[in-house]
Amino acid sequence: MSEGTVKKFMFVNRKAPYGTIYALESLEVVLISAAFDQDVSLVFMDDGVFQLKKGQQTKGIENKNFSPTYRALDGYDIEKLYVEQESLAARGLTEDDLLVDVTVMSKAEMGKLMETMDVVLSF
Amino acid sequence: MKIAILINEGPYQHQATDTAFLFCKAALAKGHEIRRVFFYHDGVNNSSSLTEPPQDDRNIVQRWSKLADEHKLDLVVCVAAALRRGIKDENLAPGFRISGLGQLVEAGIEADRLVTFGD
Amino acid sequence: MLHIVNKSPLERNALDACLRVAQGGALLLTEDAVYAATRGNAAADKITAAMAGIKVYVLGPDLDARGMTDRLLEGVTSVDYGGFVDLVAEYPTNQSWL
Repeated sequence: MSEGTVKKFMFVNRKAPYGTIYALESLEVVLISAAFDQDVSLVFMDDGVFQLKKGQQTKGIENKNFSPTYRALDGYDIEKLYVEQESLAARGLTEDDLLVDVTVMSKAEMGKLMETMDVVLSF
Repeated sequence: MKIAILINEGPYQHQATDTAFLFCKAALAKGHEIRRVFFYHDGVNNSSSLTEPPQDDRNIVQRWSKLADEHKLDLVVCVAAALRRGIKDENLAPGFRISGLGQLVEAGIEADRLVTFGD
Repeated sequence: MLHIVNKSPLERNALDACLRVAQGGALLLTEDAVYAATRGNAAADKITAAMAGIKVYVLGPDLDARGMTDRLLEGVTSVDYGGFVDLVAEYPTNQSWL
């Protein structure tokens, strides 16, 4: 690998938090990827949009609430967060329900964005 | 072509690791290089030397060890995911090594393709 | 790009999500997703409709294992693991719809 290779990485999150560990462990990869100075995008679609829901209170299930981490991502220069409009609508959510600033896009725009990536990781 | 593999599920519970294994064998047979196989989530359980399937079943863990030995594969188990699930150096099967998540990102950068197998 | 789906369309929404977003290229059905490309399956019409814009493949050994080889939908191409490797090599990007 030549020094300074920058690839377009996309992390596709399609699973809800807490029910399974995928959302949390996906976030761990995202944080590590920041150290490699790559062009990182995060996508939230299907139940993955629930990861960004405001007001998560996890004390009762004795799990760590990792949702504040999404707000800290810009400190790692990870600023490209995309949410698919159709997924939000199907879950009774709007952009106002999300705990971080995102770019909302249509399914077609999402598909086109995916096509421009070098590496797509799905959890 | 250099191909990296990500395996997110454990042995026996899901077919994902079987598919990944057969994919790797086919890729090697075609002359491709498997740059790295990275085990994450419950995928780390593919590396447990304590695994003992029935005699008439495939031994998924040994199968990976053997393929790694024959083709000098780099089988990397995520340390954070491994420690969560009780995988340590003392019960790590031959051919596997425990390392950080950076190894996954690095494989994605260095390989021409990265293919994910999971649930 | 190459889209890979490994879930039965009657159990999970991975195929629907993929077909909703995909902009052409190829779709490979593996593991339990092969049921989607069999005659009479409730998802078969979706696969047939999708074939207008995307090439559809199934992993033959998965079809064989499930006793569904003789029900493969017309127009869907069956490949072995070597064919899976060729598809990965052919398309610069791939996405597994887990």
